Amino acid sequence: MPVAQDRIFDCPHASAMKPAPFKYIAATSLEHALALKGEHGDDAKFLAGGQSLMPTMNFRLAQPAILIDLNRIEGLGAIRPCDAGGARIGALTRYRTLERDAGFARMFPLIAEALPHIAHPQIRNRGTIGGNLSHADPASELPAIMVALGARFRIQAAKQERWVEASDFFLGALTTDLQPDEMLVEVELPLSKPRTGSCFMEIARRRGDFAIVGVAAMMTLDEQEECTHVRLTFCGVGETPIDASSAADPLVGRAPTEAAICDVAASVQAMIDPGGSVHATADYQRHVAGVLTERALQTAYQRAHHGQ
Amino acid sequence: MDSDDYEISVSVNGVQYRRRVESRLLLSDFLRHDLALAGTHVGCEHGVCGACTVLLDGHPVRSCLMLAVQAEHHEISTIEGLTTKDGTYHPLQQAMHDHHGLQCGYCTPGILMTMTAFLDENLAPSEDEVREALSGNLCRCTGYQNIVDAVMTAAARMRG
Repeated sequence: MPVAQDRIFDCPHASAMKPAPFKYIAATSLEHALALKGEHGDDAKFLAGGQSLMPTMNFRLAQPAILIDLNRIEGLGAIRPCDAGGARIGALTRYRTLERDAGFARMFPLIAEALPHIAHPQIRNRGTIGGNLSHADPASELPAIMVALGARFRIQAAKQERWVEASDFFLGALTTDLQPDEMLVEVELPLSKPRTGSCFMEIARRRGDFAIVGVAAMMTLDEQEECTHVRLTFCGVGETPIDASSAADPLVGRAPTEAAICDVAASVQAMIDPGGSVHATADYQRHVAGVLTERALQTAYQRAHHGQ
Repeated sequence: MDSDDYEISVSVNGVQYRRRVESRLLLSDFLRHDLALAGTHVGCEHGVCGACTVLLDGHPVRSCLMLAVQAEHHEISTIEGLTTKDGTYHPLQQAMHDHHGLQCGYCTPGILMTMTAFLDENLAPSEDEVREALSGNLCRCTGYQNIVDAVMTAAARMRG
């Protein structure tokens, strides 16, 4: 490989740095990363894909003293089958990897349907599943999907590990159950029952933007075409992913007719309390949530019915 | 705090560079200021506009959302490496020229890096697929239509 000649390039901005100073440490193993986090706690941040952390550091909204880079750790980005069926996704798995895995898409069509909505190709090439979930943006798609799927997260510190249900993990906007010495290291996705249909939909100002409202729906049917299980979660309409499954409970034990689904949409509109923003008023978000509820439940029902 | 400096070795367009950099130096600024490869443009510097897109081991990424130290032992490709050594344009560069796919040209390097990688994966794209692939690159001049036309033409020419 040719070696570059030194060139002189006199640039007046050459000393300009966007992020505030920090100490960079490229962790060589998970144990190394967790030991460092145990030592430095909230002064340290894990750097995974960097697609949320780096913008906040460029704006100097985040100014960690220590940056622990996880990207050189082997095996943290693996997808493997789990014993009870389903799959385990390593925290450093990039969206791109899931997007190009046809087997994964067949197992978890809900995730496959949502991936194209998550930012843009360049972001998906770099962004990670663990980073997304740990960042816990309330408008982000994946947290709501994890709650809908009934995922569990493996949380590790230097000396102990624990499992947390996705529904217990998200505590507020950008706030999770993670303690200062912990890392979300793996996501366990249970396999859906046969005759389950799913659907993800969202409305955003532009493709790839954060959702004004996003919905994840899952419905399981029995042999009599009656609904036995339904999940309905939202992103963008609260401080955390919103689990509105209870609004859909009346569908259980009966055939999900158009009228019944319409009633669920009305219950959802009464249940949620969106904050509204400069881009969409709370009333508009509530309206859209109702419309998307109907469409997503209908689609999930059709897919369960046709075995897709 | 003392400057947190690292000696890094990075390959850009097949050329190996060794530089001493501060850890907080962004890859985009490293390319432009330290390597004098100013073809990579910097727009929003927080991952929205796509102007700074480069290839990391062949895949488009935002160079403003990566640190230069993270590029060590990786292969980076920038707009400067797109033209062959004898000056021949990449088919997409030629098609962008033919279709008037740029006006001010600020977004163009990012678009070329994104879309040449896209064409490497998909030589027979639909117009919708092209628009989807282009969605992470903002262009305020063209309205995108001529860029889409250029990509479709480049794909057809590359298919032969």
